[in-house]
Amino acid sequence: MISREDVEHVAALARLGLTDDEIDLMQGQLNRILEAVGQLQAVDTSSVGPTAQVIALENVMRDDVARPSMAREAALGNAPQREGPMLRVPVILEEGR
Amino acid sequence: MAVDALPVADRTITEVGALLRSREVSSRELTEACLARIDRDAERLNTFLAVGRERALGAADAADSALAAGDAADRPLLGIPYALKDIFVTRGLDDAGQPDGGLPTTAGSRILEGYLSPYAGSAEERLTAAGAVLIGKTNCDEFAMGSSNENSAYGPVHNPWDESTVPGGSSGGSSAGVAAGEMYFALGTDTGGSIRQPASLSGVVGMKPTYGRVSRYGMVAFASSLDQCGPFTRSVRDCAAVLGAIAGHDPRDSTSVEMSVPDYLAALTGEIRGLRLGVPREYFVTGMEPGVEAAVRDAIKVLERLGAEIVEVSLPSTDSGLATYYIIAPAEASANLARYDGVKYGLSAGEDELLDNYLNTRGAGFGAEVKRRIMLGTYALSAGYYDAYYVKAQQVRTLIKAEFDAVLADVDALIAPTSPSVAFKIGAKTQDPLLMYLNDACTLPVNIAGLPGISVPCGLSDGLPVGLQVIGRAFDEATVLRVADAYERAAGFDQLRPPTAHD
Repeated sequence: MISREDVEHVAALARLGLTDDEIDLMQGQLNRILEAVGQLQAVDTSSVGPTAQVIALENVMRDDVARPSMAREAALGNAPQREGPMLRVPVILEEGR
Repeated sequence: MAVDALPVADRTITEVGALLRSREVSSRELTEACLARIDRDAERLNTFLAVGRERALGAADAADSALAAGDAADRPLLGIPYALKDIFVTRGLDDAGQPDGGLPTTAGSRILEGYLSPYAGSAEERLTAAGAVLIGKTNCDEFAMGSSNENSAYGPVHNPWDESTVPGGSSGGSSAGVAAGEMYFALGTDTGGSIRQPASLSGVVGMKPTYGRVSRYGMVAFASSLDQCGPFTRSVRDCAAVLGAIAGHDPRDSTSVEMSVPDYLAALTGEIRGLRLGVPREYFVTGMEPGVEAAVRDAIKVLERLGAEIVEVSLPSTDSGLATYYIIAPAEASANLARYDGVKYGLSAGEDELLDNYLNTRGAGFGAEVKRRIMLGTYALSAGYYDAYYVKAQQVRTLIKAEFDAVLADVDALIAPTSPSVAFKIGAKTQDPLLMYLNDACTLPVNIAGLPGISVPCGLSDGLPVGLQVIGRAFDEATVLRVADAYERAAGFDQLRPPTAHD
């Protein structure tokens, strides 16, 4: 069973702001879903490797040559806040912190 | 009702394509017929999130010019109006960062409300090159997470067969719109059944190609090892034509496979004598509606009468599919959706503190199902639970795939129901996520194994459509289409149209 604190911890990991009502609802629903998916513990996988993806492709490379990229103004066109040719973000490092 | 009697908007690509080539109808007329349907049904069905009227008419006129110049050889989609699920980005910004008249892309989410993509995805590019006419973007469950289209931030889609029921999901706007004559084909995305299940519930053809067959470049990501894009159409022949236009390697999607694309239309021989078709007994699950089982059993008899050899097979790990999927898909989703940070694009809470900005942007921008899956996936990937949930699910994935591989070494394709039920009432399953997840019990193992699958109408139960699922070997879409087409020709359910379709 996951607790209310577990829900809050996972929400913090996921950077997801939840209301108190959402946390209550989520706790009940996650417990029911986790109980259902817990049936996998009964499957014998002792001699089975994991499958991350199903096609036999790995390390697809391309030649390391310069080519045109997206125009800067197009890339910035949806920015919620910008300053000149840059995205504006809240302060991360600040003196005295 | 005979095809000749159907209004032009309700016909197939094959039929109106012939009329375009003989100049009996113009692409502009087809586009106007679709736009009239969209206008008529906008409030009733809520299939579209954006309609690009002027651009569509312009593309139709260009197609008409090409047709007049005799430029139509090997271009079965030239002049055909279509729609894209609003999971596919369509270019909406020019190089100066200004709106260029293209359609917005929302993924059915508030967090992307008003988003204008600075680039075109593979789907828009290839279909534009094929001469098809983009008419709009269809409603869908938020980030393609759902089985009923009730998780869209922009309201549910109504099933044209019965407006009090869901069209299926997550590609519900695409399936309902094709059923209602709003476009001749649409693209959807299928991560656990999101093309096949709504096709089944809406009474149209829907195909998920093999993982790697069609580029995912420009598809808003949900679960990257499961997502695949594919067509909704009114016939299997139309499906083959659309698949031929979108399939093939794309260097911008490193999981798209460098493999030649066969002529899918040439595969539709109508001949299935001698093919071995497996019926997996685990797909006739408890809780399946009797009317659905009856329609699927009847369809199997039709295939037998056509000369296919029907053999019962077993896929014993089928009942682990749901649990495997609901660990892997949310885990991948929780990573993919980390990009919605309120900084680069989309909704931003505008907080002064970075952490507050993350929390409040994502808390306000995502709906309940998306939050649930992000939470589930984050939990399954978190320290202490990673091996018990995520690695375990990946191991069971190996078992599920190995069982499919073994069975498909012995049979040419598998026959199963697409969904255990017909369309259900709007609101009937929204309070219980697990009940909703069961809708995909017959489709999601196919995504887990990466195989191609199609849903083709196989009759009605209580007046609502039932879908037959054909599942094939990896990259053998040709056999899947051949079986579905032979069935469709013999059964004649490609003539099914919702009662409201006729003007």
